[in-house]
Amino acid sequence: MNFSEVFKQSNQLCKVSPDGKYLATCVQYRLVIRDINTLQILNLYTCLDQISHMEWSSDSLFILCAMYKRGLVQVWSLEQPDWHCKIDEGSIGLVSSRWSPDGRHILNTTEFHLRITVWSLCTKAVSYIKYPKACQKGLDFSRDGCYMALAERRDCKDYVSIFVCDDWHLLRHFETETQDLSGLEWSPNGSVLAVWESCLEYKILLYSLDGRLLSTYSAYEWSLGVKSVSWSPSSQFLAIGSFDEKVRILNHITWKKVAQFEHPAVIDNTKTVYKEIEKRPTVTSDEMSLHNITVASSLFSTQSKYEISPLPVQIPVVKPDPDRANPKIGVSALAFSSDSRYVATKNGGFQVHSLNWHRSGDSLTLIGKDQLCLCYMDTEQDDK
Amino acid sequence: MGEWWLTETSMENYEISSISHVAMSPSRHNNLVSAYSLPSCKGSYSVISAFCTEENIPQCISYINQELGSLGLAAHIQADPPGRAGLNAVPVLNAMYELLQIHRRTMNNVEELEREQLKKSSTLEHMQMNNSRLKDQLELSIREKSGLHETERQLQLKLKTLQSCLKTEKDEVQKLQSIIASRASQYSHDAKRKEREAAKLKERLSQLLVDRKDKKLAIEMLNSLGRSDGKRSHWKTAKATASHEAEMFKSLLSDYEASQRALMLENAELKKVLQQMKKEMIHILSPCQPSNRGASAEESQELSQADSDREERSADTSRDTLDQSCEHAREQLTNSIRQQWRKLRSHVQKLDNQASLVQNQQLSNADVIPLEAHEHEVERMRLEVQQCKEFIHAQQQLLQQQLNTSFDDETAAVLNGCYTLEEKERLKEEWRLFEEQKRNFERERKNFTEAAIRLGREKRAFEEDRAAWLKHQFLSMTPFAERMRSSSSDGQSVLSVKSEPEIKRSSSKAPPVKSSTYTTFSTPKSSQSAAVPSTTDVYRTLRLVSDCRYCGLNKPRQESETSRSRSTCGSIIHIYYEKKKVMKANPYFLKAKVRLCGSF
Repeated sequence: MNFSEVFKQSNQLCKVSPDGKYLATCVQYRLVIRDINTLQILNLYTCLDQISHMEWSSDSLFILCAMYKRGLVQVWSLEQPDWHCKIDEGSIGLVSSRWSPDGRHILNTTEFHLRITVWSLCTKAVSYIKYPKACQKGLDFSRDGCYMALAERRDCKDYVSIFVCDDWHLLRHFETETQDLSGLEWSPNGSVLAVWESCLEYKILLYSLDGRLLSTYSAYEWSLGVKSVSWSPSSQFLAIGSFDEKVRILNHITWKKVAQFEHPAVIDNTKTVYKEIEKRPTVTSDEMSLHNITVASSLFSTQSKYEISPLPVQIPVVKPDPDRANPKIGVSALAFSSDSRYVATKNGGFQVHSLNWHRSGDSLTLIGKDQLCLCYMDTEQDDK
Repeated sequence: MGEWWLTETSMENYEISSISHVAMSPSRHNNLVSAYSLPSCKGSYSVISAFCTEENIPQCISYINQELGSLGLAAHIQADPPGRAGLNAVPVLNAMYELLQIHRRTMNNVEELEREQLKKSSTLEHMQMNNSRLKDQLELSIREKSGLHETERQLQLKLKTLQSCLKTEKDEVQKLQSIIASRASQYSHDAKRKEREAAKLKERLSQLLVDRKDKKLAIEMLNSLGRSDGKRSHWKTAKATASHEAEMFKSLLSDYEASQRALMLENAELKKVLQQMKKEMIHILSPCQPSNRGASAEESQELSQADSDREERSADTSRDTLDQSCEHAREQLTNSIRQQWRKLRSHVQKLDNQASLVQNQQLSNADVIPLEAHEHEVERMRLEVQQCKEFIHAQQQLLQQQLNTSFDDETAAVLNGCYTLEEKERLKEEWRLFEEQKRNFERERKNFTEAAIRLGREKRAFEEDRAAWLKHQFLSMTPFAERMRSSSSDGQSVLSVKSEPEIKRSSSKAPPVKSSTYTTFSTPKSSQSAAVPSTTDVYRTLRLVSDCRYCGLNKPRQESETSRSRSTCGSIIHIYYEKKKVMKANPYFLKAKVRLCGSF
């Protein structure tokens, strides 16, 4: 593997276009577009202020750059570098900004979540959506880009509105049986919406596309509840990671639990545990306990290697302070592989920021603060 | 009298002790009574007067003296006068008195002893009673103690359970407390966050009220974009909303249908598997009946009956499988499966027991039977291996034969040829077809080229005619008409002049065609050249005609009859030079001209 030279970026804003041809990075107030094969700079745009957020449109033709402090959004075009678009939210401020799935509308969430402004780049028209809820994940687009689900809160009650992304027509508006809705997510086939409560109560509700409540699931009472939720790509399973360090998997037919995975401090019942040993004096050990993991070839530093630890293995667990709010315990990240065969979970305070599966479902990347690790899955066809 | 008393009593005593063999009875009282009663019954004197008689008086006296001496008394009894039945009274009375004293003393002793004995027996009884009472008491107290032990044990048990309950309750309380603590911290965190947000809001509000410079929200765009899917946007009408609803429901329905189809498939497969399992279980159970030695005949009969029942039921269920959604059929199937499974399980258990029994009884036989089967299997496998080896060998030989064609080449060739004969035939056929098609194609091409040439010629002729006609028309309109008419008899010049505009037109038309490869900018100019008013051109050409500088027009007058093409060629060249003069043109246009000349 070869590495390119190091490029500057700020705010961790560095994204590859959806069609995979370009790489966009932000350096302070400049937006740099490079070709992904040659890494030559194709375009350079200058925004009016430091860029807080940058996003590609779904057709890879436009990029939006949001400057939250100034309440500005600027949109640049790849095909026509002369084209420019500036959206000013005025005195109402800007907290978040994103594209719609068709790549022609921009949704701006104003400060204090007063409203969501929908700007149309085709007609310069504006629409407003009132009372959006300020929560962990209050807005989600379905994967085919047809529908948008938005969590709202009026009069101390939670509602969910479903909009048709074509013309922003309100399709359904219904109240949810939650005390304090904390997030919602569409299933990949777009027919079920999973809605979950804040961590004070373990409750996850499943609504169909037309607003009927299909099922409720609650594993236990009183303790801190749901921390992370993930659908399998086939929409057959819903994985729920909670603060009690367990992952529960529900099936889409009965919405009952079919499997439960634990993250005990002493691992005894899996097939292999790989432990990374670094030859530096400070030993950092990242351990993964998943079924059938094989080690990536030692491609980065020659100083770290993986060895198979004999069971039972004791994971060095740092006990987090339970008195703080949002403690660092529990399953905080879940990722299904693309063929829905494997699920990767991150429990506790391990320094893993994100888990990403490759499209083929054969390998997994773990990205930490300064480290990156690739894990290849052992498929039964290869006899290694 | 006293004598008799004495003798009687002593004799009675002697007699009693010697005759009756009776030991002194424990109750001396009886003896005494019997002794005392004896003197009263003087009538029995004759019976017990055996001790002293008239004859044995000295013996009796000596005997009595002996006895007295043994008792410790003075033995001084003598007969007085000696030899006669009289006795010396004083010693006898003394002896008697002594004996009475002794007797009284013994009587007293006896009485005392009896009293003592009574006392002792009463105390003994008393003691015994006490003993029994105490024993009872002891037993009672032991029972009480055991009862108390029991209660103590139960209480200990209860205590333990209560302690464990207490522990669990304490644990739960702790857990709840920790939960409460975490919830409290979460609440406080949220409350603080909300407070901060409210503070920010207030700040912003005050800022806005003070500022008053309301920055309007606006969008600036260079130009509007088209929609991503390229279509135009529609008005929002009720029909649109209805269509949205319809689409949503359609997608939901299709999703449900897909999941239902998947579930139906799964269901059908599972049912099939169950049916198969049931059949297999029936199959397993039925032929096992004869081999079941331990089972009694009636049991096997039962099972065979059950088999027939099962067969009937299986027939039923096979009919019912057509009606798959029938709940009754499903229940029947599951029930029958369960029954079969139970039977199979019991059968296997029985077999297990039998096997263990057999093992225990006949260890040696147990070795033999499996071994036999094992041998059989091994033999079979060896045979198979042998067969396979032979087969492989044969194949190898054939293959070798194939490869080593070391016969004469002819046969080899023939052999090789016969393998590919069919293919060769096919190939020949295809070649033939190909040749035919090629010939047809050539013919058609020739026809086509001929037709094209003809078409070209006809077109040219048509163009010439048209030009002539137009020229004629034109000339009939112009002031130079008479001049033209004068020279109109000059067919050639007419033709040439006629042909000029025609040629010009054709030439002007041709370059656009020929110069299609050039940039678009050339075509406007060439069209412009075509748009140049023909009158001026004609004027020039007419002047030329009058000048007759090149005179190519007049000369080929004769030749023109022979070949029109040459005249047109000449006129083209002529026009070429003119055009050169007129339009200092467009290199493209000129090039086109050259090309055109070249083509002619």
